[in-house]
Amino acid sequence: MIVSQAAVSESVAPVAMGWGDVLSQQLITGVSNGMIIAMIAIGYTMVYGIIELINFAHGDLCTLGSFLALTLVGALGMEAWAGMGGTAAVVTLLISSAVFCGALNWTIDRVAYRPLRGKPKLALLVSAIGCSFILVNIALFWGGLPMEVFGGGNQAAAPKDFPSLISNENLLGAKSAITVTWRDLFVVIVTVPLMIGLTWLVKSTRLGKAMRAVAQNPTAAALMGIDVNRVIGSTFLIGGALGGFASVIYALYNNTISFQMGYRTGMDAFTAAVLGGIGSLPGAVVGGIVIGLVRALSDGYIEARWTNSVVFGILILTLVFRPSGILGAKLREKV
Amino acid sequence: MSAAPMWKKLLRVDVALLILACLLPVVDQRWHLDMVDPMRGVMVFAILALGLNIVTGFTGLLHLGMAAFMAIGAYAFAISSCDIYPFQLNFWWAILFTAIVGAFAGVLLGAPTLGLRGDYLAIVTLGFGEITQDVLKNLDVITKGTQGINPLPSPHVPWWTATGFGMLEFTSEQELPWYWLFLGFVVVAVVVCRNLERSRTGRSWLAVREDELAARCMGIAPVPVKMIAFATGAALAAVSGGLWVSMYSSTGEPGNYDFQVSILALCIVIVGGMGSINGVLIGSIAMLGIANIALPKIASVMQSAGWVNSGSVFGSPNNWKYLVFGLVLVVMMRVRPDGLLPAKLSIVNAKKKNAVEPAP
Repeated sequence: MIVSQAAVSESVAPVAMGWGDVLSQQLITGVSNGMIIAMIAIGYTMVYGIIELINFAHGDLCTLGSFLALTLVGALGMEAWAGMGGTAAVVTLLISSAVFCGALNWTIDRVAYRPLRGKPKLALLVSAIGCSFILVNIALFWGGLPMEVFGGGNQAAAPKDFPSLISNENLLGAKSAITVTWRDLFVVIVTVPLMIGLTWLVKSTRLGKAMRAVAQNPTAAALMGIDVNRVIGSTFLIGGALGGFASVIYALYNNTISFQMGYRTGMDAFTAAVLGGIGSLPGAVVGGIVIGLVRALSDGYIEARWTNSVVFGILILTLVFRPSGILGAKLREKV
Repeated sequence: MSAAPMWKKLLRVDVALLILACLLPVVDQRWHLDMVDPMRGVMVFAILALGLNIVTGFTGLLHLGMAAFMAIGAYAFAISSCDIYPFQLNFWWAILFTAIVGAFAGVLLGAPTLGLRGDYLAIVTLGFGEITQDVLKNLDVITKGTQGINPLPSPHVPWWTATGFGMLEFTSEQELPWYWLFLGFVVVAVVVCRNLERSRTGRSWLAVREDELAARCMGIAPVPVKMIAFATGAALAAVSGGLWVSMYSSTGEPGNYDFQVSILALCIVIVGGMGSINGVLIGSIAMLGIANIALPKIASVMQSAGWVNSGSVFGSPNNWKYLVFGLVLVVMMRVRPDGLLPAKLSIVNAKKKNAVEPAP
């Protein structure tokens, strides 16, 4: 948290030059990427909180979300939508991808996970890994669609360029040493309200109450008249929808997508969820921002080729030394 | 519990497979099936999967980083034997060294992590696999990065030739010597695994898998027992890596030992039946049969029929592997969680596991 506050203050203060600029720039990039990671991490943490499953397929679900977005961009010719049209395009992408990912996540739960309730958890995890592989392969085939945005479909496995629908112009003026773009702002504008909305949903609605009840004790919840399967299904739906939003934001922010990106992004997000304390929503957000910053700082100050190892190192160290994470759940783990 | 009938039943499956394996080269030569080459891969992966079977099948620890130990074995073999390094062991000493390094790596990974619960341990092993790949790729001073280390030595095996006593020639063009060598290693690995399974250690593995709390009450210390499983599994995986790179005379690039390899090993164990040695053998034939024999055949048939052209994403057999592995895992978990040849005691079907699990 301390680090992220530093990021905010330094990005506002007009720092002059040298290493300070570099650091601030890394911090801005880190926070923006961190918010995206956090959105995906929420999907992991919600599912883990309710059925103690590491939903391995979540990262790859997001891959499909961004592939859908790119398909829509190509099919509707969104690059040409100017002015308010640009905003409309982004909103369309966000909503359609969220609906798609939510529905897909719900379906995966229905087909692959629900029949395994009551079986050992490792069986469920194995099934989730299987789903992840299936989604990766679907993304690979999707990349072979004969559309112009997919490079005519000749290079299915190659990374795809995602058109920059959001301006890359520096909001601090062209002369400023630090760059804050519309994209950084866009990430914050979309993610923060969604996170607030989610917190409200979990804290204050009937469905949220049911979710928390099922997470604590599914049997007792069922005895109280809660339809456990429906609640779990809704959790997958909501987590998937957030992943859908995140996938579009990711694509618009980074301008490149590939069929294998879900694995790396998913592992970042999972690390974030574990670091923040798996099962905890604020934990996922904090963890996401920390991982985003760590990635940016590692890229800038260690070497980009070691960044993935750094993240996995954090994951392993957290699991070994503090499995409950920074903001660990107060409940004792139901081993 | 009467051991005799079960032992007899198991004996028959192994022996049948061994006889088929011995007959294959003859049949292959007669009808030009081109099966000897892919069968070498089957046998290397059978050894890898036998290692995973000790960890996941016998001891019940989900391990998602077996490829890392294969990679460690490959590089240990390469560094100890390649002539650009000072050690330059011959094939047999290098394989022994590889097994020891593998076991050591297993202990190194296991020591801090084996107290973790199942799914966390799985993720730690996955992370270990990724870090190993990155380290091998980035420490290019030692590992030659993506070029890989080569050339690597071949074994010297005494052999009766038509003219008398000689040495069997292991070259990259010759498939058969490698075939027999790997078959020998598989036989040794199966015998080792079977003896381990029925030893005191092996029974402790099963006990820890079935109910850790009960095992502890019987005086079994779970962490050392799991550690032995980790070390043995890692040693087998390392040997499989050493054999693999010796056949190609190069380690290839570190990216070859990726998550897909770990999952392939997991698929083999799950298809065969967790904890079942014969299952692993059948599973490796089935999985690699699909991945390396059936998929390329189907692709070539589809191409010659004109359904897909070779440039299309559907035309390359490699592009179907994720789908096949994924479907195998999902479908097996739903339909037949015990695998094709279930072990006698099953972990997946034990419903009580979920209801009463011991606190760590």
